[in-house]
Amino acid sequence: MNNLTYTVIFYIFAAITVFSAAFVVLSRNVIYSAFSLLFTFFGVAALYVFLSADFIAVTQIVVYVGGILVLLLFGVMFTKSIMNPGLKSEVLHVIPGTVILAGIIGALLYTFYTTHTWMPSEKQLNGSIVERIGYETMSHYVLPFEMVSILLLAALIGAAFLARFDKPDNNKS
Amino acid sequence: MEHLVPIGLNHYLTISAFLLGFGLFAVMTRKNAIVVLMGVELILNAANINFLAFSKYNGGMGGVMFSLFVIVIAAAEAAIALAIVINIFKIFKSVDVSSIDTMKE
Repeated sequence: MNNLTYTVIFYIFAAITVFSAAFVVLSRNVIYSAFSLLFTFFGVAALYVFLSADFIAVTQIVVYVGGILVLLLFGVMFTKSIMNPGLKSEVLHVIPGTVILAGIIGALLYTFYTTHTWMPSEKQLNGSIVERIGYETMSHYVLPFEMVSILLLAALIGAAFLARFDKPDNNKS
Repeated sequence: MEHLVPIGLNHYLTISAFLLGFGLFAVMTRKNAIVVLMGVELILNAANINFLAFSKYNGGMGGVMFSLFVIVIAAAEAAIALAIVINIFKIFKSVDVSSIDTMKE
């Protein structure tokens, strides 16, 4: 698993993820940010495949790219005209934000690289884990699974209720 | 190619630290509510990478299941947050989070 091709492909996907995430944050145009987020999600899905979590990678693509990103684009287009030249997002607190950005990344990297090396287990996850996810979902995680399904249903009904347009007979004022 | 370090846990943690930092930066500095939401999604993705990396090198399934639930919660959060953003736009005619200064119409 440590051959050159594996390493090079990993670094390519890592670079795609990190640089497109930086572009999401640093771009002033909201549409550019949204489309750059697409590449970030794809890069993260590729990293999930490297982590032998293939099911999570497919879920990431289906839910994030197919659902959340489309929802974000709808949000952008609902709230601003797409032809509007003022489709910019203003910034504030840039200096404290940069300090926090550099501080968080620096502190985390310092901690990761100066503490002792990690001791991985002998039985790491390898190959496909779809079958094990099925077993776990139906044995240990039945109650969280059902609860999260009810939560998702309630959240979607609530979102549809919040975002509905007023009926004509409702706004008498 | 012996001089290349084999891909290990630290590589994934580094990527995750970068995503967390960029997400926090977006949440702190942006005035557009939708870009703030994108920052939150970046932070959730960073957490997911950490869960899956530790789960792989630990050999357990806890991180994998938790990341699955995180994705579901992220979907619910995005739907609710965008509904709220659309309502804010209807009332204030902008999605600038620094100009929203009242909670009543």
